Amino acid sequence: MKTLEELNAVREKIKNRVSIQRDTDSGTRIVVGMATCGIAAGATPVFEALKEEAAGIKDGSVEVTMTGCIGICQFEPVVEVTRPGEEKVTYVKMTAEKAKEVFEKHVIGGQPVVEYSLTDTNFYKKQTRVALRNCGFINPEDIDEYIGVDGYQALAKVITTMTPEDVIKCILDSGLRGRGGAGFPTGRKWDFAAKVKSDKKYVCCNADEGDPGAFMDRSVLEGDPHAVIEAMAIAGYAIGSDEGYIYVRAEYPIAIKRLQIAIDQAHEYGLLGKNIFGTNFSFDIQLRFGAGAFVCGEETALMTSIEGNRGEPRPRPPFPAVKGLFGKPTILNNVETYANVAQIINKGPEWFASMGTEKSKGTKVFALGGKINKTGLVEIPMGTTLREVIEDIGGGIPNGKKFKAAQTGGPSGGCIPASLIDTPMDYESLIAIGSMMGSGGLIVMDEDTCMVDIAKFFLTFTVDESCGKCTPCRVGTMRLLEILNKITSGNGEMEDLDRLEELCNYIKSASLCGLGQTAPNPVLSTLRYFRDEYEAHIRDKKCPAGVCKALLSYTIDPEKCKGCTLCARNCPASAITGTVKQPHVIDPEKCIKCGACMDNCKFGAISRK
Amino acid sequence: MKKKQTTIPFKGTQAQEEKLENLIAKNKDVPGALLPILQGAQEIYGYLPKEVIRIIALRMDKSISEVYGVASFYSQFNLSPKGEYAISICLGTACYVKGSGKIMEEFEKELGISSGETTPDGKFSLNDTRCIGACGLAPVCMINSDVYGRLVPADVKKILDKYR
Amino acid sequence: METVNIKINGRAYSVPKDSTVLEAARYAGVEIPTLCYLKDINEIGACRICLVEVVGARGLVTACVYPVNEGMEIYTNTPKVRESRRMNLELLLSAHNKQCLSCVRSTSCELQKLCHEYGVDETHFRGAMPESSVDESTAFLVRDNSKCILCRRCVAACRNLQEIGAIGTNDRGFDTHIAAAFEKNLADTSCVGCGQCIVACPTGALHEKDDTQRVLDALADPTKHVAICTAPSIRATIGECFDYAPGTDVEGKMVAALKRLGFNGVYDMNLTADLTIVEEATELLERFQNGGVLPMITSCSPGWIKFCEHYFPDMTENLSTCKSPQQMFGAMYKTYYAQKMGIDPKDIFFVSAIPCTAKKFEVTRPDQSAAGVPDVDVAITTRELGRLIKTAGIKFRELPDEKFDAPFDIGSSAGAIFGATGGVMEAALRMAAEVILGKKLEKLDFEDVRGIAGIKRATYKLGDKVVRVAVASGTSNAKKLLNAVRSGEEKVDFIEIMCCPGGCVNGGGQPTQPASVRNTINLREVRAAVLYNDDRNADLRRSHENPAVDIIYKEYLGKPGSHKAHEILHTSYVKRGL
Repeated sequence: MKTLEELNAVREKIKNRVSIQRDTDSGTRIVVGMATCGIAAGATPVFEALKEEAAGIKDGSVEVTMTGCIGICQFEPVVEVTRPGEEKVTYVKMTAEKAKEVFEKHVIGGQPVVEYSLTDTNFYKKQTRVALRNCGFINPEDIDEYIGVDGYQALAKVITTMTPEDVIKCILDSGLRGRGGAGFPTGRKWDFAAKVKSDKKYVCCNADEGDPGAFMDRSVLEGDPHAVIEAMAIAGYAIGSDEGYIYVRAEYPIAIKRLQIAIDQAHEYGLLGKNIFGTNFSFDIQLRFGAGAFVCGEETALMTSIEGNRGEPRPRPPFPAVKGLFGKPTILNNVETYANVAQIINKGPEWFASMGTEKSKGTKVFALGGKINKTGLVEIPMGTTLREVIEDIGGGIPNGKKFKAAQTGGPSGGCIPASLIDTPMDYESLIAIGSMMGSGGLIVMDEDTCMVDIAKFFLTFTVDESCGKCTPCRVGTMRLLEILNKITSGNGEMEDLDRLEELCNYIKSASLCGLGQTAPNPVLSTLRYFRDEYEAHIRDKKCPAGVCKALLSYTIDPEKCKGCTLCARNCPASAITGTVKQPHVIDPEKCIKCGACMDNCKFGAISRK
Repeated sequence: MKKKQTTIPFKGTQAQEEKLENLIAKNKDVPGALLPILQGAQEIYGYLPKEVIRIIALRMDKSISEVYGVASFYSQFNLSPKGEYAISICLGTACYVKGSGKIMEEFEKELGISSGETTPDGKFSLNDTRCIGACGLAPVCMINSDVYGRLVPADVKKILDKYR
Repeated sequence: METVNIKINGRAYSVPKDSTVLEAARYAGVEIPTLCYLKDINEIGACRICLVEVVGARGLVTACVYPVNEGMEIYTNTPKVRESRRMNLELLLSAHNKQCLSCVRSTSCELQKLCHEYGVDETHFRGAMPESSVDESTAFLVRDNSKCILCRRCVAACRNLQEIGAIGTNDRGFDTHIAAAFEKNLADTSCVGCGQCIVACPTGALHEKDDTQRVLDALADPTKHVAICTAPSIRATIGECFDYAPGTDVEGKMVAALKRLGFNGVYDMNLTADLTIVEEATELLERFQNGGVLPMITSCSPGWIKFCEHYFPDMTENLSTCKSPQQMFGAMYKTYYAQKMGIDPKDIFFVSAIPCTAKKFEVTRPDQSAAGVPDVDVAITTRELGRLIKTAGIKFRELPDEKFDAPFDIGSSAGAIFGATGGVMEAALRMAAEVILGKKLEKLDFEDVRGIAGIKRATYKLGDKVVRVAVASGTSNAKKLLNAVRSGEEKVDFIEIMCCPGGCVNGGGQPTQPASVRNTINLREVRAAVLYNDDRNADLRRSHENPAVDIIYKEYLGKPGSHKAHEILHTSYVKRGL
């Protein structure tokens, strides 16, 4: 493929196949969400069943294709059926049998199977899909489908009609900021690297999504890998680089497979490689696999890792834009950041800047999880409030429980308490309340979540993932965790709270890299908003949420106990005594607080305090 | 994270060694080749035996301690052989708040080993893992490449029985 | 030199443009504390003790690696900075074995000094300690991870400076620790015993295996004849143990101190350095004439020998078979001298004082027992010698200058310069040139092989003979040079290799100096200057003219390279591989 005309020819050929409103003369399109979560929920047999059914339609008017994450993880496996001239119908929690029924009744019979379909579409209503535009829509393993939805148009435009300076100005004007952490303006990053003179420069993509509870980047890579490839080539043109690296988690085998397919297909079409679109611009991409180290999400550590070393960060300056990968000027952006680039070029910076808030432009993808009715991937305009995300999109808290807090930014972020549920989700607002955007994990917690335990959970993660290079992070986070353990085991003293704060502040100011500098955030923010819970653990030796084992006590209500002996038989510590048909008693000395009795009691006689 | 050293003797085959040598020869001059080579070697042997680390170091003109330092840094690299069925319990946030700790306890109880260990018959090894990205199905575990979601402790025995 | 204008603690300074904050602060007379930083060797910004405030910077700034820029305002001693340092020390201490009272590095420990300055002696943070392991597997050094602060200076010395990499950083997070691959004992690795890790270590986590008690026991044993000889460079460095500035020659006081310790004889190893030259130059000329294996490589540095055996096992035939001066001394003492004085060699306890940890390994090697007992019983480092003198209560600085004992008191200054890189080469060239030319040289200085460069090369035309020589110090340079020789890219006839960068003056057994000194003074240069100064002022500058050497051949060995000389003064090597 050497010209724009050739690209457009493919686009025209495919366009109708992938458009939402299907013309009457085109056939029926069935897409099956086959990202990791879909496959894990059993999408493969559904896909196979549908393909088998479709094979029976000899005129080829029914097309079954796989796609990336459709977003609504809660209801996987998800199948979407679009008949010519009709609205798309989303079927949820599919099985092979249900799929066959849908095929029979809807695809052939024209009657949607309402009982299997998603009726409550609030999940999608408040979303604006930019980065996820193609996810759950096109077949990620078919470059033609990407081209059919204007793929590689931006690259063509950039290298045939724009100067590198134009490209950088466009990105700058759009207000796009890094979606992976601190929110550094992407255009400025590119500008720095573009201005450094060097025989070799690199464009890197951080796909080492490591925050527990975050899977936005995985979804993009699995659903729309070409968007990242196209954007990296655009970045290469902008800064004067001919080589890119994608550093992707080895734990994402499907993402890796689809990326590799995408790179190969782009090569085949000449959209990667030498002299793209017949110009002097050449660009190639290498895949590198992370090997299980959260710290490699930090830019210098990522580069150190690509270079073949222990993934330890190095001090800055020199900044990567000056001296990065293999000592050469390098830019690094994350997957979601890149996923916005081509559209900014295509639709113009003003379009992008029209979304979001004054300082945070565009949209942000969040992985919504935890104690929420609809878990999944949501993309919202920056500045959408947390309330809208939780109540409108996520459908609130399950089991009638009360919303307690939301955690953003993973181990680097903080907790947003219920009192701040109207906080707009943008970079500055989140920082101001002691959290951060981070890469986009959004974990919802209800009244059964202990905030001290959550702080402990994140610290355990950080201690595990600290690279061990610098003293504050290596030793400091361990000491933080130990103090938290002391508190949750009922041995805390009030001075420990001061010590926690003092140590947190030190680790923040003295650590070598972003991991250490942000590691205390989960502690600081829970201390800030839930100090009373810490104090309850220390002063009253109680865990208000009933989580911290050492502080729990189980008692049997003699009124409710029927003496069925089930609890006693299930107690691993033989701490429950009583005779048949008589109320039983738990010996607190022997009780190991495992909760087995409570899980087994059919009469709700056992309570935990 | 402290890597456990294996005491199980190395049993490499000629074919594996040939694969390893090819892998090294092919990648040796690629910049930053050490990680891909270690990953490839682990694919060949299932883990990174001492003998293999030594060969990699010598061929790449690196000190053995440097290669070992890299291998021991990343949690993906195993220095001891995994079980025939490698069980990983996700302890990511979503799974954790949904009780994956209890699932882990149940596996430990059922198998009689603790996280990071392999059953004496070499059949099962148990590990905790970072988020595998299936948070919607929390809590989840993986056995080799099979994913099991929405687990409750009572599922553990049933799942294990499939592999026993 | 381009400069920038900065302010340090409110006062204006003009400093070189490429300075770091740490270097710039020195212009203001301020030494910012460091723990991990060693200039050019370990610039990793890991320990975080050097953090300072810079106006406008987002957080604290890492002084050791942060470059200055125009208009920068730096504050090195604010409450925030001091609090940060105090906290850092508390955390380090919380994971540190605090048995400081008897620690070998007490008073010279860089961590202890900072704790003292900041009044940190107890930590508020108690918790897990790193898994402690003490590796005493080798004859030469002890690694005690319970005292390690993970500054990684040792790893940098071993991997970057020496390119050996016997130890590295294993595991991660709180479990990060320094060890050999697979947690092996050091004795089972390719560690050559150079001890560069020890002199790099800021704490007591690395130290030589202490043999002073064995010396004290021998001295207290009336049945033993206990003698000691001191290596050429000791006179230039032992003063540092007694607060003399680096580069102070204290030979007279050193001899006086040793005599007060009760040795039966105190001798100068310069003498066997001369003997080595005579044997080695004879061997070289012999290899020249009889088509022996060339290039011939010197064999005085036991760290280098072990390095060759591990990394260049195919080149052990290139090694001179001469024992090192230390071993030659012990061998001569227990054969020739024992015979002459009528002492049973078994009753002799021979000690050598050396700047080297590898020599502790050398004394245990096979084929180093000319009299049927080990040539040398104990090799003690400069540091151990300093401790022996101190614990005996000897007031070193107040001692008179005294002289070595006869008959091993005469050493040429050619032997003295053995202590610096290029010294053996120069001493050998002085003899070889005069033998080949058959006349005395007017100018004895071979400037091309002097200096602290890692690899030095020279070609000399001696009559119709062209001799190509090369000198390397530090095993990384040795590796470079030998790879070139092995591939045929480099053609040389004679090579001097010293294991430690700069030679013995910078040996792993020399007094430790804190980073603040190592980063500002070139110890190799100032210590070597003592030896070259001796040489400049000496009357006896030719090894082959040492009258004491002459007597040894006449009375005992016959002539250089004789059968007897081979029996007593030569040795053999093993091929170790990796």
